[in-house]
Amino acid sequence: MTRPQTTDAPALAASSPAARAAFGFWRIVGFVVLFAVALALPFLLSNFRLFQFTLVFVYAIALLGLNILTGYNGQISLGHAAFYAVGAYTTAIMIDKWDVHYALTIPVAGVLCLVAGFLFGIPALRLEGLYLALATFALSLAVPQILKYFEHWTGGSQGIVLSKPAPPLGLPLTPDQWLYVFSLAILVILFVLATNLLAGRTGRAIVAIRDNPIAAQAMGIHTALYKSLVFGVSAAYTGVAGALSAITIAFVAPDAFNVFLSITFLVGIVVGGLASISGAIFGAFFIQFVPNWAQDISKAAPWAIYGIFLIVFMYVMPRGIAGTIRLAWARLGRRLL
Amino acid sequence: MSTRSLTLALALLAGLAMAAAPALAQTPGVTATEIKIGNTNPYSGPASAYGTIGKVISAYVKKVNDEGGVNGRKINFVTLDDGYSPPKTVEMVRRLVEQDQVALVFQTLGTPTNSAIHKYMNQQKVPHLFVATGATKWGDPKNFPWTMGWQPNYQAEGHIYAQYALKNVKDPKIGILYQNDDYGKDYVKGLKDGLGEAGRKLIVMEQTYEVTDPTIDSQIVNLKNSGANVFFNVTIPKFAVQAIKKSHDIGWKPVHLLNQVSASVGVVMRPAGAEASRDIVSTQYLKDPTDPEWDNDAAMKDWRAFMAKYYPEGNTKDAFNVYGYLVTQTLVHVIKQAGNDLSRANIMKQAANIKDLSLPLLLPGIKINTSPTDFYPIEQEQLIRFDGEKWVRFGELYDASKK
Repeated sequence: MTRPQTTDAPALAASSPAARAAFGFWRIVGFVVLFAVALALPFLLSNFRLFQFTLVFVYAIALLGLNILTGYNGQISLGHAAFYAVGAYTTAIMIDKWDVHYALTIPVAGVLCLVAGFLFGIPALRLEGLYLALATFALSLAVPQILKYFEHWTGGSQGIVLSKPAPPLGLPLTPDQWLYVFSLAILVILFVLATNLLAGRTGRAIVAIRDNPIAAQAMGIHTALYKSLVFGVSAAYTGVAGALSAITIAFVAPDAFNVFLSITFLVGIVVGGLASISGAIFGAFFIQFVPNWAQDISKAAPWAIYGIFLIVFMYVMPRGIAGTIRLAWARLGRRLL
Repeated sequence: MSTRSLTLALALLAGLAMAAAPALAQTPGVTATEIKIGNTNPYSGPASAYGTIGKVISAYVKKVNDEGGVNGRKINFVTLDDGYSPPKTVEMVRRLVEQDQVALVFQTLGTPTNSAIHKYMNQQKVPHLFVATGATKWGDPKNFPWTMGWQPNYQAEGHIYAQYALKNVKDPKIGILYQNDDYGKDYVKGLKDGLGEAGRKLIVMEQTYEVTDPTIDSQIVNLKNSGANVFFNVTIPKFAVQAIKKSHDIGWKPVHLLNQVSASVGVVMRPAGAEASRDIVSTQYLKDPTDPEWDNDAAMKDWRAFMAKYYPEGNTKDAFNVYGYLVTQTLVHVIKQAGNDLSRANIMKQAANIKDLSLPLLLPGIKINTSPTDFYPIEQEQLIRFDGEKWVRFGELYDASKK
């Protein structure tokens, strides 16, 4: 069985140390430029575009969570819409019922999903590959109905309507500009945390379990603990994303968190690039904007167009967008240096 | 960037800002030659059977434009797919209002989807006209002065069924199947209000389903076993077909009251089968295109000619296509009545000032009326019974506004 590869390893192993150093340097420059652009956008774009970009950030966080689980650790999940829903409802209920400040609800959503994910991860240990996919798929199916059942808390299928938060400290920003900056900040924090987690010992252990669980265990890695923990962390990321989505859209309803959302997340990490941190951002752009483009191209059959986009992407970029960029960069580096 | 080019850029920006300023004074989406109207419809997803409404509206708008538009303005109808998913509706409606700059939003379809944008539309003060849902909450001018429904609301209809059952069924025992959301509960509330305190005991069983459920077979079996002799069927078309078939298959023959949402011959009754759907009772307010009574009716002939010319791929047996045609006529009436003042406030004012508008495809006697305190345009309905082929009207017009 072929396992997803850490995308930078094969491409860069073939290149010289000089190319690798150059790659590292330009990568940092690239991130700085990207961050500067991201900070400038709120003052250049309309509120509607900012809303869309905020959704991209939200999706990017969720995709990163799923990528840690599926891309790095090799556990397939079709159930992340469930954690996304738990995060969204945690925030919505806390704001709606108890008047909690929206910013405080986000860590609560994260911790709750961490625990839920960890607990779900324990029985999931017995399941591998497609069996795990099916178990998580069941989770995805169940959650919208469970949400409707606890109508007193969740508002049933009617959902909960929230208000958009105003910028704090009287900052001269529109609510959309503020939410953009707010989500961007959370995105950056979570991405830095994920980079640190995956770069060190823990990251190597996570990848080792994916590549060869028996060898990993022989080397002293507590496979079971790691796998459940990774499940928890992954769910926590997705839960935070769900919480942010509730604040951004200012509405939650059970039917928004269906199986299709879980599949959309999976599409996002594959298109963006499995086992790649930046891939989560590319994937988020894809799942946010490509369905809209498809609709602009053809009103009659938008999902057929979307399907074509997807097939073309997979054919042209089998390692996802992030993988293709790295490969292209490595080739360019070899030629130049 | 040199100082000079920076100055130039700033000057350009200032110029742009000034050029844009006068445009802000006018209503967005309205020019001397055009009025831009936004819409979302489920062209994909679980509720895509309703997608034909968006298509027939587009077709009718094309007809209006071909005939010179309204007061010399062409209608630019921008319709987007939301797949019946509330977050997508929010995104699409924000795009319509903020980016496409529509003058008003019209006929957004679905109860959860409209709930998601209800507050937004009223905060933005953009007319949210004639939403395609019969929930009762859309007629709340005090708290939501920018939102208005169109079709008779679900509670009023539930009321009619209650009166019908009390009057016509001996020793009624009522079993209810409803969709577990606002739409379903609205109907049930209407029925219970109509039955009154004492009548409520006549309800022997309530069953629900989720819109995501694959089938409702077990609910139908439960209802049969409850001994109910009146079946109040509050389901959307897909489940209505299943309910009619299943109750027929298991030999349950109650007085079957089917909500108007699914009273379509083409989409529900015919697929369920003539034998199974005979004697079902429902309500109607528009002329059913499958009813031969209207074959020589001038309005129906006009509609058929319209369908043939502007929407030839549309189903001429589908009452949704009559619905979309009528609701667009109502909109055109409002825009016409607004004259040259197409400010959002005036559009809303005119929408709340429709007096005895009778459209040719409404059933005889039914008139559209609104006022600043009455945001329910259609409040009259007619009882109908299915004879295996078509709906047959019986009894008098029922007027929910005269309770």
